[in-house]
Amino acid sequence: MFQELTGKLETVFKKLRGYGKLSEKNIQDSLREVRRALLEADVHYKVARQFIARVQEKAIGQDVFKSITPGQQVIRVVYDELTALLGGTARDVHFSPVPPTLIMLVGLQGSGKTTAAGKLARYFRQKGRKALLVAADIYRPAAIDQAEILARSAGVPCFHRREGTDPVDICVEAISFGQQEGCDVILFDTAGRLHIDDEMMNELVRIKKKIVPHEILLVADGMTGQDAVNMAGQFQAHLEFDGILLTKLDGDARGGAALSMLSVTGKPIKFVSVGEKLDALERFHPDRMASRILGMGDILSLVEKAEKAIDEERAKEFEEKLRKESFTFEDFLEQLDQIKGMGSLEHILGMIPGMGGNVFKNLSVDETAFTRIEAMIRSMTREERWRPEIIDGSRRRRIAAGSGTTVQEVNRLLKQFSMMKKMVKNLSKMNMKQFGKSLFSFR
Amino acid sequence: MGIVERLREGLQQTRQNLIGRITDAIIGRSKIDDDLMDEVEDILLQTDVGVNMVSKIIDNIRDRIDKESANAPERIVPFLKDEIRSVFMTERAPAGPLPPSSSTRPHVILMVGVNGTGKTTTIGKLAYRYKNQGNKVLLAAADTFRAAAIEQLEIWADRADVDIVSHQMGADPASVAFDSFKAARAREVDVLIIDTAGRLQTKVNLMEEVKKIKRVLTKQQEGIPQETLMVLDATTGQNGISQAKRFHEALNLTGIVLTKLDGTAKGGIVVAIKDQLNIPVTMIGIGENIEDLRDFDPEEFVDALFG
Ligand SMILES: Nc1nc2c(ncn2[C@@H]2O[C@H](COP(=O)(O)OP(=O)(O)OP(=O)(O)O)[C@@H](O)[C@H]2O)c(=O)[nH]1
Ligand SMILES: [Mg+2]
Repeated sequence: MFQELTGKLETVFKKLRGYGKLSEKNIQDSLREVRRALLEADVHYKVARQFIARVQEKAIGQDVFKSITPGQQVIRVVYDELTALLGGTARDVHFSPVPPTLIMLVGLQGSGKTTAAGKLARYFRQKGRKALLVAADIYRPAAIDQAEILARSAGVPCFHRREGTDPVDICVEAISFGQQEGCDVILFDTAGRLHIDDEMMNELVRIKKKIVPHEILLVADGMTGQDAVNMAGQFQAHLEFDGILLTKLDGDARGGAALSMLSVTGKPIKFVSVGEKLDALERFHPDRMASRILGMGDILSLVEKAEKAIDEERAKEFEEKLRKESFTFEDFLEQLDQIKGMGSLEHILGMIPGMGGNVFKNLSVDETAFTRIEAMIRSMTREERWRPEIIDGSRRRRIAAGSGTTVQEVNRLLKQFSMMKKMVKNLSKMNMKQFGKSLFSFR
Repeated sequence: MGIVERLREGLQQTRQNLIGRITDAIIGRSKIDDDLMDEVEDILLQTDVGVNMVSKIIDNIRDRIDKESANAPERIVPFLKDEIRSVFMTERAPAGPLPPSSSTRPHVILMVGVNGTGKTTTIGKLAYRYKNQGNKVLLAAADTFRAAAIEQLEIWADRADVDIVSHQMGADPASVAFDSFKAARAREVDVLIIDTAGRLQTKVNLMEEVKKIKRVLTKQQEGIPQETLMVLDATTGQNGISQAKRFHEALNLTGIVLTKLDGTAKGGIVVAIKDQLNIPVTMIGIGENIEDLRDFDPEEFVDALFG
C-alpha cells in the first residue's frame, strides 16, 4: 500500500491513542486527516465531505466517550462506516432462471473490458457454466483478435463478425448462436467510449434495448481520479447498469474511485481485477476495500491481536521499567515471547500500517532473526542481561561463540538495544509500531 | 441508503464548469474571505492536482493577496491560473517532440506506461505526424505480451503508412528493440518508435524488463533512446504520481504524453508531477483519430483545467 498515506493515518492513529478521552475538537482534527487520506485515495471531494460528516455524527456520540480506547473507537467507526457504505457483503451477478444469462460490459477506453470479459468467461467456466464471449468492439484496431485470443485461453468460444457490422446486429446474432451452442452465459465485450460521446452512448442504449441483458457491468479503472463521478453518473443515466467491476487493483492505487462511483450511482461493486492473467479476478470484499482506501493495512486485526497477546498489566510494567531505564535484556526476552505469541513476524509486520503491503515486499522478513536474538540473550550471564554496559570485547566474543552468531551481530544487538531503550523511554505509551521497527532492524 | 440519495443529488452539479463556479462564488462578495478560498479549494481538488498541491497553491495565493494587498475577489481566477502556469514555466525542454536532426539519426522514442493509457494509439498518431513532416519512420512491436498487441500496432503502421518490425507473440521485447534499431540503421530511418506492453509501476519484474529494453538500446549507441515518454491517462487520479515516480526512477523519463483529454477529466495530476518530479508534459491526446495529437501548451492546459 501507499506508504505516504499509510503514514498519515498512522499519525492520526497515534494522535488518537495519545488522548485519554476525546473531545469534539480532537475528533474534528483527526477526521481532517482522514478526509485528507480519502482525497489522496481519489475519493471525490464531495463524497469525502459527506462521509466525514456522517462519521463525525457517530463518533461524537456517547459510545465513543464511554469507551476505554476512544482513539481506536474512532478508527473503527471510520472503518465500519466505509465498509457499510461500500456494500456490506459481497454480491453476485443476476442469473436468469432461463438460460442464457446475458452480461454486457461497458466502460471508458482502456479501462480493461476485454481482459475482464476473458476473466469472467474463465470464471463462469470454472463454475461449470458454458460461456460465450462476444466481440462487439468493431472500432479499436485488433480488438476482435484480442477477444479471440482471450476466449481461446479461457477455453470458451468467441462470436465475432469481421466486416463493418453494426454492433447491435452482432449482439443479436450472438444470442442465437449461443442458444444453438447451448451456452448459458453470454458475455458482450463492447467498445470503450467516452461518457460524453452521445452517439456512442446511444449505441449502447440500442444494444441494451435489443438484447435486454440480465446484467450490465461498468468496467472502471481502479486508478481513476475525481472524474469517476462524471463517468459513472453518465453511464448510469444512459444505461442504468447493475454493478461495477474495478480493474488494475494489483498496483498501489488506493481505489477511492470505488466509493465515488458507488455513491453517485448507488450500484454495488461486484468484482475486482487484480492482474493481467485470466485468473486474476476476485469477488469484491467491502472490508478489504475499506482498509485499502484508508491505507490501514489490516490494523484492526492487529489491534485485536495485540490486545489479546499483550497483557495490559505486563505492558504497564514494561513501560515503567523503560521509563526508569531499568529495562533489561531479561525483560526484552519476555517481551519477545509475547510478540511471538501474536503470530509470525512477517504476518505482524504486514498488519502494521506503513510496514505492510509493498513496503517490505522485497525484503524477506527473516524469522530466524528472532531466534538469533534469543540465542544471543540466552548466552549472556544474568549480570550481563541486567547490566549490558559491562559487556566488553571478550564477553562479546564469548556470547557470539555461545549463540552461534558473530561478534558483529552481538555488537548490533547491543547498539540497537541501547537505542531502543532511549527511544521507547520517550514514548508516553507502549507503542507497537516502534517496537516492531526496532526489532525488525535487528536482522 | 439515505446517504446515497443525498450524495447523488449533490453530485449532479459537478459537470458545471469550474470558472463558472468560481464566478458564482465571487458574486456578491466584496473581498476574498475564507469561504471563497474554501470554494477555490474544492474546485482545485476536482481537477486531480491533489491535496498537497492544492494546499500549496492556496498558500501561495494567500501570500500574494497579502503582498499585493489585492483583496478583490475578481483577482482569484488570474492568481489561480498564474500559480499553475508557473509550475510549467520552469520547463527545460521545448514542448512537443524534437525534430529529428540527421546527425542523431535514428531518433529513438521509447513509449512506456501502465495498461490501457493509450501508448499504441499515441504511437500511431506520432508516426503519422513524423511521416507527414517528411521523415522515414519505423515502428517496433515490443509489446509481445498482450493479446493482439502486435496486430494492433500493425494496423496503426498501416494507417500511418510506415514500416514495422515485429516478432512472434511471447518473444523477448528487448530483442525486438534490438532488431528494430539495427533495421532502423540499415534502412536509414529518421524516427524509430518502440511500443511496449502496459505494466503497473509496482511490478518489479516487469519494470526490470522495460529497463532491459532501454539498456539494450543504450548499449548500441550512447544517448539512445533520445526520448523515453510515459503515456498517462488524464482520468488517472493520485496514482499518477506513483506512476511517474517509478517509471522515472527506472528509465529517466524525458516527458509525459497526457491522453484522453477529450473526456471530462482534467488531468491535473500532471501539475503535481511537474512540481514534484520536474517531468515535462510534451504532448496531449485528444481523441482516437490519427490526427488527435497536440503539443502541450501550458496556457491552453490551464484554461482547460478550469473550463
Ligand atoms: N478518447 C480517447 N481515447 C483514446 C486516446 N488515446 C487512446 N485512446 C483509446 O484508449 C484505448 C487504449 O489505447 P491503447 O493505445 O490500446 O492503449 P495502450 O496503452 O497501448 O494499451 P496496452 O498496450 O493494453 O497497455 C483505445 O480504445 C484507444 O482508442 C485519446 O486521446 N482519447
Ligand atoms: Mg498497447
